[in-house]
Formats: sequence, structure tokens, C-alpha cells
Amino acid sequence: MMSPFDAATTDFAREISDSGPIAVEGSRTRWTTGGALDPHARTVRAPTGILEHRPEEMTVRVRTGTTVGDLHDRLAESGQRTALLDRGGTVGGAVAVGENAVCVLGRGLVRNSVLQVRYVSAEGRIITGGGPTVKNVTGFDLPRLMVGALGTLGLMAEVILRTNPIAALSQWVVSTDADPFAARSALYRPSAVLWDGSRTWIELEGHAADVEAERRALDSAGSWEVTSGPPSLPPERWSLPPAELRSIDVHDTGRFIASVGVGTVFASKVKPPEPMSPALRELGRRMKSAFDPAGRLNPGRDPAWR
Amino acid sequence: MFKSSRVRRRLGGRPADPLLQDLRAALSPQRVRADEAERALFAHDASIFAGGVCGPVCFPTTTAEVQAIMRIAARHGRGVVPRGAGTGLAGGAIPLGAPVVVALTKMDRILEVDVDNRVAWVEPGVVNLDLTKQLLPLGYHFAPDPSSQQVCTIGGNVATNSGGPHCLAYGVTSHHVLAMEVVLASGDVVVLGGVDAEPSGLDLRGAFVGGEGTLGIATRIAVRLTPNPRSVRTLLLAFDSTRAAADTVGAVIAAGIVPAAMEVMDQRITVAVEAFVNAGYPVDAAAVLLAEVDGLEAGTTIEADRIAGIGRAHGATSIRVAATEAERALLWKGRKTAFGAVAQIAPSYYLHDTVVPRSALADVLEAVYEIAARHELIVVNVFHAGDGNLHPLLLFDDREPGIIERVHAAGAEIMQASLAAGGVLSGEHGIGVEKQQYMALMFSSDDLDHQDRLRRSFDPTCRSNPGKVIPASHSCADIQALRQVPAGVWG
Repeated sequence: MMSPFDAATTDFAREISDSGPIAVEGSRTRWTTGGALDPHARTVRAPTGILEHRPEEMTVRVRTGTTVGDLHDRLAESGQRTALLDRGGTVGGAVAVGENAVCVLGRGLVRNSVLQVRYVSAEGRIITGGGPTVKNVTGFDLPRLMVGALGTLGLMAEVILRTNPIAALSQWVVSTDADPFAARSALYRPSAVLWDGSRTWIELEGHAADVEAERRALDSAGSWEVTSGPPSLPPERWSLPPAELRSIDVHDTGRFIASVGVGTVFASKVKPPEPMSPALRELGRRMKSAFDPAGRLNPGRDPAWR
Repeated sequence: MFKSSRVRRRLGGRPADPLLQDLRAALSPQRVRADEAERALFAHDASIFAGGVCGPVCFPTTTAEVQAIMRIAARHGRGVVPRGAGTGLAGGAIPLGAPVVVALTKMDRILEVDVDNRVAWVEPGVVNLDLTKQLLPLGYHFAPDPSSQQVCTIGGNVATNSGGPHCLAYGVTSHHVLAMEVVLASGDVVVLGGVDAEPSGLDLRGAFVGGEGTLGIATRIAVRLTPNPRSVRTLLLAFDSTRAAADTVGAVIAAGIVPAAMEVMDQRITVAVEAFVNAGYPVDAAAVLLAEVDGLEAGTTIEADRIAGIGRAHGATSIRVAATEAERALLWKGRKTAFGAVAQIAPSYYLHDTVVPRSALADVLEAVYEIAARHELIVVNVFHAGDGNLHPLLLFDDREPGIIERVHAAGAEIMQASLAAGGVLSGEHGIGVEKQQYMALMFSSDDLDHQDRLRRSFDPTCRSNPGKVIPASHSCADIQALRQVPAGVWG
């Protein structure tokens, strides 16, 4: 049986109520993602607090107004972390936007990390989707539907996230002469391979001897120095198939840092929008009207904005 | 009269049926079957549930043919049930209401292996293990590895969001499906997801995986290629109680180790498996734990040592490390053929599938033994302990009067015990027809209403695999009505 609603969630639902345009405000780190919010929309704040961390289950139940930083600080006390991207925002914002951390190869995808979601519907009802265990195929996958939906289908109050152990050692290395694709191929499981067209940064994680062995394996692809962390990233975000990074010059990205093996490109220029097939757009429209017939949740925002 | 009779009693010795005629015109007469034997066969799947009523069985070979089938079925007001190898255990492929059955086994081509993007495009009828065999020489594999992987299809894996022993570290099917071409019940074709890093729009790919065929039919699937590990260590630990084995599993995770797999078998199944494969499983142990770590050399050595240490601290009576690849393969053969080995104990079995928090494993296992004893049933346990995924097998002889009722009563109690411990109804088999009536134990009416909204967005008329997953009171299809052949319609 599902855990009972906590009082904060019930209060949140009451505040959201069942009519009028409404949005949840977190830390505004990605406030304009997916389009400008309808200025008539009322804004509310999601409840905060970590409800239960169970290291032996690799799960944490957290209210969505909690900052990712606070969550990760708490999990680190038990040597764990989540896949969520920490850019100073909230858990709810990180899940609603759904963008992955720069070290996604090591951290995993946000969409795979949400085990259970509890949200307030357009009708002001509290809905639970998914379940508290790390494995679950009971019914349809509402948690994945909420990841990246920009709060247009429901307003999240709490989530149960899968946690993962923090690696024994994490080390960043940088090269000015490496072929980033050869470097990626030489490694078994890097956490990040970043490339700006000339320099390559790599994060290696694991047991110390494995990190050292992987670092030696990189010698075939260039010369390397230890560095403190990833470079600063340009603000725009492109999504390409990983192999397309080999011919990134055909895209007008401006200054870029590309995530090799992933396909995300952090760029100084905005990616031109790509047309979506009419059938897919219609399917998205049906989903939106099924969950929010009056269009009151986060009006003005479109998950298919890219 | 003679002439008219000949016209009416052609193909399959049945009266000419407009649905059948349209399907045969769209595919070919050979790939639309409607004889009694075929329909009886496709009325069932691998589950223990009574068969349904099967309409024509189609074997499409292209997306366009699947599209044509969907449109013809819609025109005739009939449901459509997609089917892979029929290995599902929750009755998801049982046809209800004489639907058109779409057998995807002839769409079995691996279309493209793209190592640069680490993705393979496959048709839904590709057999899970066949894909991995193709990929292994290239240095990759397809990570989900259900016990049925020698016969089950990728399309079926997508439908049920299949797991398997190695999903502990690698994740279930949804983690490994990047994109799909899907034919909706309307006949429209959409591509969900993408092979790029963060596809735009709602994650309809994620919503579709695990939809048990109720959301449409995937006709091309892009799966992620997982690199083969550089190093693997496989350990077999024996214990004098199932509690000690279960507690070891929890302690390993709590120690910050995420093994590739952690599987537990109790004594009765271990004895049966050992008689079957002669892998050297300790038949005197109350339970065995098969643990595997993979990755790089140093890490696997360190983690294998730590698991052995944790096992010893929990009273392991013996610990064996597979010395060769052949020894490792034999140990895994034992685990993966366990369901076949139970035939030595009883002719039939009902395999359950629930998940509980790891910390509750030992208590729920004890409850499972108690429930079986009270219903005078034999139970064996072989399960994915690492992620708390229980698989109690209730063994029986279905010729014994009244035993099926006892098996179902015990099964219901096992589900209730799992939910009471903070668990969920299904870890990897799905809901199908098996657990529909129990969905309300886990979800509120509002929760189920939202699941139904997801379903109706894909299939507003509820014709794709009707009568599954959502309880009848929450969906457009009434399951009891579906068990009947529609009035005036040839089944």
C-alpha cells in the first residue's frame, strides 16, 4: 500500500486548488525553458524536506521544493548521490526540466531515476504514480511521463528517487592533443568526456587502481594532465546523436562544449527548432488535454520546445 | 445451393468473413490464419490463465502491414492484440473478445547495428538472446536478460518492460530502449524517443515501454548497446537459512556495492537445479546466493572479496568463486533453467512476481512459506534478491481437484504480504489479466484514473489489447463482456 499523503502535500494541493492558471516556482534557474509563463498564472512553491533516505534500498523520498544541493549534501553523508543535475535549483525543477548532469555517463539519466511521483492534478487531486521499490512494472509509467514535462501534466509535490553510491575516487584529466572519440573508445566506463574542438576533459571514477589503469589507457589517445573539474559550460543546450559530434562543424553552435558518447552540446548559440511530425504532435496534444483539459498547468510552456 | 455453399465454405472451412477477407487482401492468404488449431494455440500464452477467444491471426512482415491490420480492425470494430513469443506470465497476450492477433515473429530482422552511436535498430520479433549473440563479437550486448531470453522477443520485452538477473546494475528494458517506431490503434505511425541525447517533447517512449500492448505496436526498436565488461567475478555462497542469504543481499547494497546480479535460490529448487545441470550447487544448503560483479579488474576483485567477507559475517557455510568462464556459464545455466527443473517436483507451476524493499526480503520470504504451508502447497523460491524481486513458484498437479483455487488463494495472499511490506505488485512480468483486480490495493481510484488517461491518449477507443492492465471499472472495456464472442461476429 502506498504511503499516506503527508500534510505538506495536502496543503500544497489545497493551495493549487482546481481552477485558474498556475505554476510552481522553484529557484528560477530554468524559468524560461519551454517558453514564457502566461503572466496571469498564479505561482506557488512546492513543500520542502527530505522525508526518508534508505541507503540499503538505494532510495530517497523527498519533497520537490528541496534544493538538489541540500539533497545531495544529505545523501553524501551515506556515500550516495542521485542522477539529478545540481545547478542551484530544486528537485522538482530538475525533474520537470529533465536535463541530465554533465557526468551523465557516470550518474545515469534523470528519466531512469524517478521511481515514484506524487503530484497534484489539474483538478486539485493528489495522484501517485510508480512505486517505492527500485524495480516496478505495476501499471503505466507515470513517473517517466513527468520527467521533462515542465509541470504541464501535474504539479509534483514529492518523488522517490533511486540513489547510487559515490565512487571511491573521481578524477578529471585534460588534454590539448587528444582525439576525443579515440579517448572515449579506449575507456570502459568514463563518467564524462567533454570536448571543445581542441581540448578534451574526462572524468574517471571508480576504485583507485581502476582509475589509474583507465588513465594509462588514455595515453594511446593523447597526453593528459590532472585538472580540478569540468570547464564552464556555454548556456544553450543542443541534443544530437552521439556520432554526429564528429561533424559538429556543420552546425552553427558558436562556442561549444560537446559531451562525447552522449550527444549533448553546450553551445553559445540557440539551436534552431526542429519540426515534429503531425502525428506525434497530436499524440502530445491528446496527452496534455487528458491530464489538463482546461490548460491551467504551467500555461505558456511547451515540453516540445526544442 | 451447391455453388453458394462452396463460396461460403472456403478458406479454413468457415463461412466467408468480411474481416478475414480484408486482412487476407492486405497481407496474403498464407499470413492470415483462422483454422481451429491456430486459433486454439493463440488463445493462450505461457501463463496459467484460461485462454481467451482468438480472432484471425496475422503474421505481418512490414510496418505498412501492421498499419493496414490496425485500420482494418478499426473499420470492423475489432480489438488488436500484439504477440511476440507468448512467454508472458501475466496473461498479457491472451486475446479477449475475439480480437485480431498480430503475431510479430516474422518481423525478426536486426536492421542496423550502429557502433558509433551504440545503438541497434531491430524489429520486434528479434529474439533477445539472438541479438546479444550478434553483438558479442563487436564487444557489446543487450543488457535485459529475462530467464526466457532464448525465446522471448525484444517487442515482448518492450511491452512488459522486462528485467532479468543483470538488471540490478544495468536497469530494466526501459533503460535500454532509446526510440521506437509505433503503429497506434488509429493506424497512425509515430516515432517515440530518439537516439539523440535528450529528445524533445514528453517522454512518450518511457510511457510506451511496459504498456503491455495496450498503447500500440512497436514495429522498429532502437536499443542501447552495452559494452561487455572487462572483468567478471561470480561467487556462489551457501547459507544455512534463507534469512541469512537475504540479509547478506541487503548488507552488500548497504556497503555501497551494486553487483551486476544477486540471485537467491532456496534448498528445494537448488536440489532440482543440481540434478538437472550438475553445476556443483551445494544441495545441503538452505539457500544459495549467486552474486556477480563486473567492470574493471581491480574493482571486481575488491568487490568480490568484500561480498565474500559480508557473506562470512552473515554465516556463509561455503563460498566458491567461479574459476573459469565455463564454470561461470554452468552456474548461470542452473539459475536460468530453474523454472524447467521444477518439473521434477510437480507437473505445473504458478510463478509469482512481486517486489519488496530489500530489508523486508527475509520477513516476506517467511510469510511466503507460511502461506504455502497453510494452503498445503509446495513452494520454491528462486529470485532476483538484489532488487527485492521475489519469484515464489507454487508447484502443483492440476489434476488434483480444487488445487487451482488453493493456488490462486495463496497467490493473492503473497501479493498482499508484499504490499503490506511496502512492496509493489509486479517487478517484471506485468499486470496483464493476472493482477488487474489487485491494482486497487496499490493505487487509489484517482491514481488509476490518471493511468487510464495515459492509456486513452495513445488509444482513445481502447482497441489495442483490450481488457488488460487497468481494472475494468476504470477503462472503457468491460472484461467480462470481452470474454464473450461479440454477438453476430464470427470469432
